[in-house]
Amino acid sequence: MAVQDALPGRVGSGGFAALNDQRVRGAIFQVLLVIGIISFGWWIIHNTAANLRAQGIGFGFDILFDSAGFQINQALIEYQETSSYVRVYFVGLINTLVVSFIGILLATLIGFIVGIARLSTNWVVAKAAYVYIEILRNIPLLLQIFIWYFAVLRLLPPKREAIDLGPLGLLNIAGWYAPKVIYGPGFPIMLSALIFGIVATFIIRRWAYKRQMATGEQFPVLWTGLALIIAVPIVSWFAVGILMKGAPLSLEYASEGNFGPRGGARVYPEFIGLLFALSFYTASFIAEIVRAGILAVAHGQTEAAYSLGLRPGHTLRLVVVPQAMRVIVPPLTSQYLNLTKNSSLAVAIAYPDLVSVFAGTALNQTGRAVEFILVTMATYLVISLVTSAFMNWYNSSVALVER
Amino acid sequence: MSDIQAETDLTYVRDEMLAEAPPPIRDSGLLGWLRKNLFSSWFNTLLTIVALAIIWFVVPPLLEFALFDAVWQGEGRTACLTMQQGGQLPNDWFGACWPYVGDYLAQFIYGRYPIEERWRVDIVFVLFVIGLVPLLVPTAPYKAVNLVYMAVFFPAVALLLLSGGDFDYGTIIGIGAEFAPFGSDLGFWIDYALITLVIAAIAYAWARGTGTNPLDPIKLVLTIMGALAVLLLVLGVDFGLEVVPTSIWGGLLVTLVLAVTGIAASLPLGIVLALGRRSQMPIVRFFCVVFIEFWRGVPLITVLFMSSVMLPLFLPEGVSFDKLLRALIGVALFSAAYMAEVIRGGLQAIPKGQYEGADAVGLAYWQKMRLIILPQALTLVIPGIVNTFIGLFKDTTLVLIIGLFDFLGQIQSSFTDPTWATPVQATTAYLFAACVYWVFCFSMSRYSIFTENRLRTGHKR
Repeated sequence: MAVQDALPGRVGSGGFAALNDQRVRGAIFQVLLVIGIISFGWWIIHNTAANLRAQGIGFGFDILFDSAGFQINQALIEYQETSSYVRVYFVGLINTLVVSFIGILLATLIGFIVGIARLSTNWVVAKAAYVYIEILRNIPLLLQIFIWYFAVLRLLPPKREAIDLGPLGLLNIAGWYAPKVIYGPGFPIMLSALIFGIVATFIIRRWAYKRQMATGEQFPVLWTGLALIIAVPIVSWFAVGILMKGAPLSLEYASEGNFGPRGGARVYPEFIGLLFALSFYTASFIAEIVRAGILAVAHGQTEAAYSLGLRPGHTLRLVVVPQAMRVIVPPLTSQYLNLTKNSSLAVAIAYPDLVSVFAGTALNQTGRAVEFILVTMATYLVISLVTSAFMNWYNSSVALVER
Repeated sequence: MSDIQAETDLTYVRDEMLAEAPPPIRDSGLLGWLRKNLFSSWFNTLLTIVALAIIWFVVPPLLEFALFDAVWQGEGRTACLTMQQGGQLPNDWFGACWPYVGDYLAQFIYGRYPIEERWRVDIVFVLFVIGLVPLLVPTAPYKAVNLVYMAVFFPAVALLLLSGGDFDYGTIIGIGAEFAPFGSDLGFWIDYALITLVIAAIAYAWARGTGTNPLDPIKLVLTIMGALAVLLLVLGVDFGLEVVPTSIWGGLLVTLVLAVTGIAASLPLGIVLALGRRSQMPIVRFFCVVFIEFWRGVPLITVLFMSSVMLPLFLPEGVSFDKLLRALIGVALFSAAYMAEVIRGGLQAIPKGQYEGADAVGLAYWQKMRLIILPQALTLVIPGIVNTFIGLFKDTTLVLIIGLFDFLGQIQSSFTDPTWATPVQATTAYLFAACVYWVFCFSMSRYSIFTENRLRTGHKR
C-alpha cells in the first residue's frame, strides 16, 4: 500500500478494486457498447420510419413483385416490360455475374502473361510489362471505362459499316456481331459426349496417378485428356450430323446489310468497354501478384530440383508453381472480388448490371431507396462472402502444413 | 618421373594441339547487349518481335494524337474541326485539341468556385504542401509540431477558408434552444456546456471508482472540449469572407478534399477497428469483424448510393447534410474498413515479445498500444497505408455518379459546352485526366516503394 501511495496519480486506497480488474472493465465496456449500438440502431430505424411516413413512402418488400415497366436492352433471360422487379433483379444479377466471370478469366490470362513477362530476361518484354503495369494501375478504373467506351470504341466504323473479323464476325460502333450458336437436333448427344470426355479424363488421371505411385511408370495424362475432351465431341458432331442429317451445333454469321450488320449474336459496346476496362485494369494488379509469387519461391528450390535431375519444365510445374500458388492465391482472390465489385461501375456507361438496373433505374422509378439498396448490398455481400469462404477453403488445402 | 611416363601407355593424353576455338561471342557493347538480352534464342527473338509489334501498335498513334497531330492554339471549336465538319483541318485529321483544355483548366481545378474567391483555394493548396512535404521527408525535424499543424491547424484553416466560415449553430436544436432567443447561437453553447459537464462528471466518477486522481481526466476533458469550442467559435465568426456553399465546389479541389479528409478520417477509425478486431473482448471483436467485412464486401458505388439516398432518411426530420459531406461519410467508412485490415497486418507482424514486454513493465492496454505497439506497427505498414490512399484517391472519381463534380466529373460536365464541342473533345479530355491522375498516383506509389526500401534496410540480402 505504501508503494501505491507513492505512485503519482494514486490517492489513497479509495475506489472499488473491482473496477481495476481487466475482466470487469471489459464486461462493463462491452455492455455499454451493446447498449450504444442497439440504441443507435433503434434511433436510425425510428428516424427512417418517421421520415418515410412524412414523405408518404411505404415500406415493404412486396414492391419487388410489381411490374417494372421499363425496357432492358441486354437481358440474358426472358424479360418484358411487364416483368416484375424480381425479374429485373435477376437480369441485373446475371449480367453482373457474366461480365465478372469473363472479366476474371481475361484478367487472369493477361495478368499471368504480363506478370511472367515482367520477370523475363528479355529487356524489351520486361520493360513493356513494367510500363503496362505502372500505367494501367495508376489510372482510376472509372476513367479507364470512359476511355474504352467513349474514346477507343468510338473509333470503330459507324452503324452502317463494319470491320470484317472473318470467323469472329463483324465489328462496328454498335457492338460486336459475333457468330451465333445454333443448337441442332442432336445437341444433347454431343453434350453428353463432351461430359463423357471430361469424366473419362478424370478417371484416367486417377488411374495414372495410382499406377505411378505403385510402379513409377508415367502416363501422358495431358495429351490423352485433351484428345478425349476435344476429339470425342468433334467425332460425335460428325457422327450426329450424318446420322440425323443436321449439325448438332452450328454458327450463324452476321451479314452486312444496307442498314448495318444483321443477324449473329450482338455484343453491346457497353459490355465490351466495361469488360476491357475491368480486365486490363485488374490484370495490372494480378501481374504484380504473380511476379511477387514467383519471386517468393527461393532460388534454392529450383537449384535443388535441378540437382535431383528434374528438367526445367518439370521443375516449373512440380516445384515452383505449387509453391508460388500458395503466395498468389490469397491476394488473387481479393482481386477477383474487387473485379466483381468494380463491375458495379457499369452504371456509369449504362450497362444493365445489378446496380445499374436495380439500384438505379428501378430505385428511381419507385423511390423506395431502402429496399432496393439493402437488397443490392446484401447481394454483393453474399457474393463476396461465398467467394471468400470458397477461396479460404482452397487456400487451406494448398497451404503449407507446418508441423 | 619420366621413367614412369615412358613405361605407361599414354594414349589418353593428347599428342597434338587442338584447333583454336573461335572467339566467344561478344557480350559487351551495344551489339553484345542486344544479343544477350533480346536475341539469345529463337523464342527470345520471337518475344522481342511480338513486344515491339505491340509497342508499335500503341505508342506511335498515341504520340501522333497527343503531340504531333495536336492543335495547340485556337479560339473555339472551329480550330479543332476537319473541313468536312466545318473547320480548316484535313479530313483525315485526328489529334488532340489542347486549347480546349487550356481554356477549361481553371474550371478543372476549382470547379464553379467564384473566380474572385479562388485565392482562398490557392492558399489552402499552399498550406497543404507546406505541411505535407516535411511530413513525408523522414529526416525533416519537428515531426510532432508538423503533425499538430496537419491534424489541427490545417483542417481548421482550410475549412474556414474554403467555406468562408460564419457557421450558424442556431439551427441545431437541443435543450438549450428553449433558453435562447430563436436563431441565436446561445442555445447551442448552453448545450455544449451541458455536454462538457456531463462528460467531465462521468470522467470524475470513473476516476473515483478506480481510485485514481480525478483531476487528470477532468483536465483532459476540459482541454479537448475547450479546444473544440475555440475552433467552433472561430468558425462561427464572420471574417467578411464570402460564404461558398459546397454545391459549387468542384474539380481537383473536391477530389483532394475527398481524398485527404477520407484518409484523415479513416486512419484513426481504422486503428480503432484493427485494435477491436484483435481485442480479447468477444463482443467488441464481433462488432469489428462485422463492420469491416460488411464494408469490404460491398462495392463503393452502393455505399455512395446509400449515403446519398438513405443517409438523409436515417437522420431526424429537418436535419440534413450537404451532398459533399454525405459522400465523405461514405468514403471514410468504406476506406476505414480497408485501412483496418492494413493496420491489422502491422499489428500481427509485431513479435509477441513486444506485447509481453509491455505487459511485463506494467503498462495498461492503451499505454501499451500507444507507446510500444502502434508506433512500430504503423511504421511497418506505411506502404500499405499509402497504397490504400492511392486506392481511395482513384475511388474518389466515383462520386461523379452521385452527381458531385470532382475532377473527372468537372471534365465530363465540360462536354456540354458548345464552344468546344468537337469529335475529339472527349478523347482529349480523358487523355488529360489520365495524365493528371497518373502523375498523382504514380508519385504516391514511388513514395510507398521509397518507404518500403527504407524500412527494409535490416533484411537486405
